[in-house]
Amino acid sequence: MRIRELLEVLQGKVLVENHGLDEEIPLGGAADLMSDVLAFATEGTVLMTGLTNPQVVRTAEMAGINVIVFVRDKKPPPETIELARDSGMTLVSTAYTMYEACGRLYAAGLPGRGRIKIENGSW
Amino acid sequence: MVDQEITKVQELIYTTKVEAVMAPDVIVVSPSMSMTQVKELMRKRRIAGAPVADGDKVLGMLGTTEVMTAMEAGKMDSVASENMVTDVKIVSKDAYLVEVINLLGREGFPRLPVEDQDGKLVGILTTGTVIKALLHQMEISYQQREAERLQRYRASHIFQDIISDDTSLVLRYIVDDKDFANAGKASSMIKKSLQRVGVLPSIVRRVAVAVYEAEMNLVIHTDVGGEIIVDIRRERVHISAVDHGPGIEDLEQVLRPGYSTAPEWIRDMGFGAGMGLSNIKRCADTMKILSTRGGGTRLDIIFLLNQDSPG
Ligand SMILES: Nc1ncnc2c1ncn2[C@@H]1O[C@H](COP(=O)(O)OP(=O)(O)O)[C@@H](O)[C@H]1O
Ligand SMILES: [Mg+2]
Repeated sequence: MRIRELLEVLQGKVLVENHGLDEEIPLGGAADLMSDVLAFATEGTVLMTGLTNPQVVRTAEMAGINVIVFVRDKKPPPETIELARDSGMTLVSTAYTMYEACGRLYAAGLPGRGRIKIENGSW
Repeated sequence: MVDQEITKVQELIYTTKVEAVMAPDVIVVSPSMSMTQVKELMRKRRIAGAPVADGDKVLGMLGTTEVMTAMEAGKMDSVASENMVTDVKIVSKDAYLVEVINLLGREGFPRLPVEDQDGKLVGILTTGTVIKALLHQMEISYQQREAERLQRYRASHIFQDIISDDTSLVLRYIVDDKDFANAGKASSMIKKSLQRVGVLPSIVRRVAVAVYEAEMNLVIHTDVGGEIIVDIRRERVHISAVDHGPGIEDLEQVLRPGYSTAPEWIRDMGFGAGMGLSNIKRCADTMKILSTRGGGTRLDIIFLLNQDSPG
């Protein structure tokens, strides 16, 4: 899915733009646990989250994420915006809740990672 | 350079679809609006023309020329549908720019309404929207080229120009404890440095995730902070995260996914799910952890550069 389409589906607003709206997003994921982001996000995943602290941007940067969506109209603090500018992250906000934001994107064809099994530590 | 840019524009014209270069928020005039109202709308919204539409159906176009004609004829009370140009060319959002670009401009139409498969009005195309979008895309491809240039510059450099039996590049980073404002800075610098040295992107990503988990552990679980040492050789990267903090009593226990001693406020920030060490182990080619209660902790992780294995 292109970023442009994601914005339409979420009626989202771009807070920091570091990517072209025609760039493709391969996958979607959602987490308020940064540990989960580090463990399960794959390159290029769009991250839906309710957390807005600067660590979200750092975590996303390390995980190879390019686009973060803040759900239920949360406004990130200036430090977060600034870090996103410096680190090349695109930030989006949407008024939908986490559940609905994910549901709408999934219904519009943006896939997730599928099932994850962690028993042997090689998910 | 100039030649390159020109071919880039040509390439974009051939590969870009109308949808990507149109303005998606179309301001429309309803057929029953008076020309005075049309003039006001154009002035307020700073546009030089707009489609006249009944719902999603385009009936005609109105621009400054038509407003001026109506004004000269003293017909500003007459409605839009009487003054509009009805020779309208509508283009599809899925058409390539090359198919429509010649319709625009001095010889052609000042603006083209764009419709989707169902004939619904979804955007408007003008020379302005095209130029803006192309510049934006060229800017992006410039950034991509810069990134590629950085990557190419790196590879050969250090490990081929410097003569020794075995060259190694050592980077050191100090990590302060409980310094959340800066947590992750070391990892970010390490990620950039590895990109520069020429490590494959897929490996850089694994290193970044692992080293960030290690850095967060120094920030969260020690009361003294620690040090991260990155030793880069031609065939591998060896990273050590060393601290003189409280140490770990039961190593088996902390390696279990989900085990964590992180306090509540750390969890509120989204950390402390007890996945860190398992995640490091998954990303790295080898991981070793040494620790004694009260004697600090040393984590060693190695990434092989010649192949791309886990993750
Ligand atoms: N450098 C360290 N010093 C002391 N304890 C540590 C250190 N690193 C990890 N630990 C211990 O190991 C546990 C598991 O670590 P980890 O898997 O990274 O999960 P988390 O950081 O989410 O708690 C931590 O909760 C902590 O008790
Ligand atoms: Mg941890």
